[in-house]
Amino acid sequence: MVVKRSVGEIAFDSLNVLAMLAGAFLFLYPMWYVLVSSLSDAYAIAAGRVRFWPIGFNLDAYKLVFEDAQIWTAYRNTLLYVAGGTLINLVLTTLGAYPLSRSGLDGRGFIMAFIVFTMFFSGGLIPMYLNVRELGLYDTPWALLLPGAISAFNLVVMRTFFQTIPDSLVESAKIDGAGDFRILLRIVLPLSLPVLAVMTLFYAVAHWNSWFAAMIYLQDRNLFPLQLILREILIQSSAQNMLTGASQDEVFRISESIKFATIIVATLPILMIYPFLQKYFVKGVMIGALKE
Amino acid sequence: MAQPARAVQPAAKRPRLARGRRMYANRGLYLMLLPVVAYFLIFEYKPMYGAIIAFKQFNAYAGIADSPWVGFQHFERFFESYYFWRLLKNTFLLSLYSLLFIFPAALVFALLLNELRHKKLKSVVQTISYLPHFISLIVICGMIIDFTKPGGIINSALLALGVVDSPIQFLILPEWFRTIYVGSGLWQSVGWNSIIYLAALSGINPSLYEAAVIDGADRWKQLLHITLPGILPTVLILLILNIGQLLNIGWDKIILLYNPSTYPTADVISTFVYRRGIMEADYSFSAAVGLFNSVINFTLLLAANRISRKATKTSLW
Repeated sequence: MVVKRSVGEIAFDSLNVLAMLAGAFLFLYPMWYVLVSSLSDAYAIAAGRVRFWPIGFNLDAYKLVFEDAQIWTAYRNTLLYVAGGTLINLVLTTLGAYPLSRSGLDGRGFIMAFIVFTMFFSGGLIPMYLNVRELGLYDTPWALLLPGAISAFNLVVMRTFFQTIPDSLVESAKIDGAGDFRILLRIVLPLSLPVLAVMTLFYAVAHWNSWFAAMIYLQDRNLFPLQLILREILIQSSAQNMLTGASQDEVFRISESIKFATIIVATLPILMIYPFLQKYFVKGVMIGALKE
Repeated sequence: MAQPARAVQPAAKRPRLARGRRMYANRGLYLMLLPVVAYFLIFEYKPMYGAIIAFKQFNAYAGIADSPWVGFQHFERFFESYYFWRLLKNTFLLSLYSLLFIFPAALVFALLLNELRHKKLKSVVQTISYLPHFISLIVICGMIIDFTKPGGIINSALLALGVVDSPIQFLILPEWFRTIYVGSGLWQSVGWNSIIYLAALSGINPSLYEAAVIDGADRWKQLLHITLPGILPTVLILLILNIGQLLNIGWDKIILLYNPSTYPTADVISTFVYRRGIMEADYSFSAAVGLFNSVINFTLLLAANRISRKATKTSLW
């Protein structure tokens, strides 16, 4: 801009930059602290000497985490839940969003209302819990995959995106003899990669981080997702369980940093992916915001 | 181009027949909707029906339909219980404080971010601010527990600065619970919640600013007369949604952070339902408490939406 900045503006701009840098530091620091602690000596952590850099650098905690069979089983379970769950989510959400985006569909308003109503009213925790038991899903992986298979909000976002695809495109494909499923697969979805990316990210992160359903629906430890094991280590402080056989001193030394190492192992994959998908999810939130 | 063929047809003449033909032509689309409707019926509407156990004495062997009716007995028991007002107050205050702090903070953060002239810095700060949103609640609560314990990073800092003489047991003292809950909530959601404002900000027509500059408006005036009015509808919609959620506080974070010694400020309706229902298997009573909560939430949402439509012509539907 050609306009010269006034003194007040320059002062504001500088303060603003400082404030934003401070904000970024605050957002980042807790994770950074976890990272350096996971690499530090437990006594240094307990003494409060670890601040910005690892002290007494070592990888013992990671070695223990990687040797723990329970964590690997849970890691594998989580990957399966994320992959299977997200696939179910995407298929069902698309199957709902596409027909409801076509203006000529009779009963579309009614079905939309039927779906949107569930965003604002629900039967509650207990009836949902009893429903899962009644359907025979209790203590099976399906209890984590089927309830919540469609997020009404995501469906609305996706539908809004599909509405931007012109009817004429669909109609002309129809005249050429293509069926609805073919049109969806060959024409609509290839044009919808941004919204598919956003939905994949939202659903996958939700599955990755989910624990409550697993806590109330699963009994079998072999089915536990990573977050549930993390809960035992971080919240119920049973890091010691992993260390049976180690001496008292050893137990303390490792249990402190093992907490941090498990956090890193469980969080790093997502933290490495999301910055690259940022432009998509900002777009996704925007689509959702435009029409609600 | 062949514009929608059905528009050309004389649909008005024989509407029923035309509709039947149209629906048949769209049979593929209805087929797609079938599993979707089935999902909502089985996993959303069936539990709504299941909520009638709130008026029954649920018995697992008899099932929902055949369990005996008891009327409003469970509701009465809840309203008369010692916990009723405490739960209501805790639920309301935790969400109110979250709304009062997080809602404006996200707006201010978005506005300040928007004023950054350095585009690269803006995008880096933005990316970093989304980070907490992707961290699981378990990890966040694990960090809160670790940071706030005696000997944790917060207590060490307070001791070093001389603010306190001895470490504070933050998670044992009920008076600290709301501060911890809302404070960590700020960290978790300010960045993510600001996205929607940034989206609204980028939707403001740049020519408005150019015109304002020619008219001699400084940046403060531009903020007041262009930026804020430009994002007002978004702010209002979000506010309605948030007010509609005032008694709809999630149980997950509280379950991970509370303990019997902090129940006086931390126990909310949904955590109470979880304890009584899932842990103690008192299904009918806790379903009644949950249903009471759902109805209140829905009423609040309707009321907020109505007021907003009257006052500002902005509404959810």
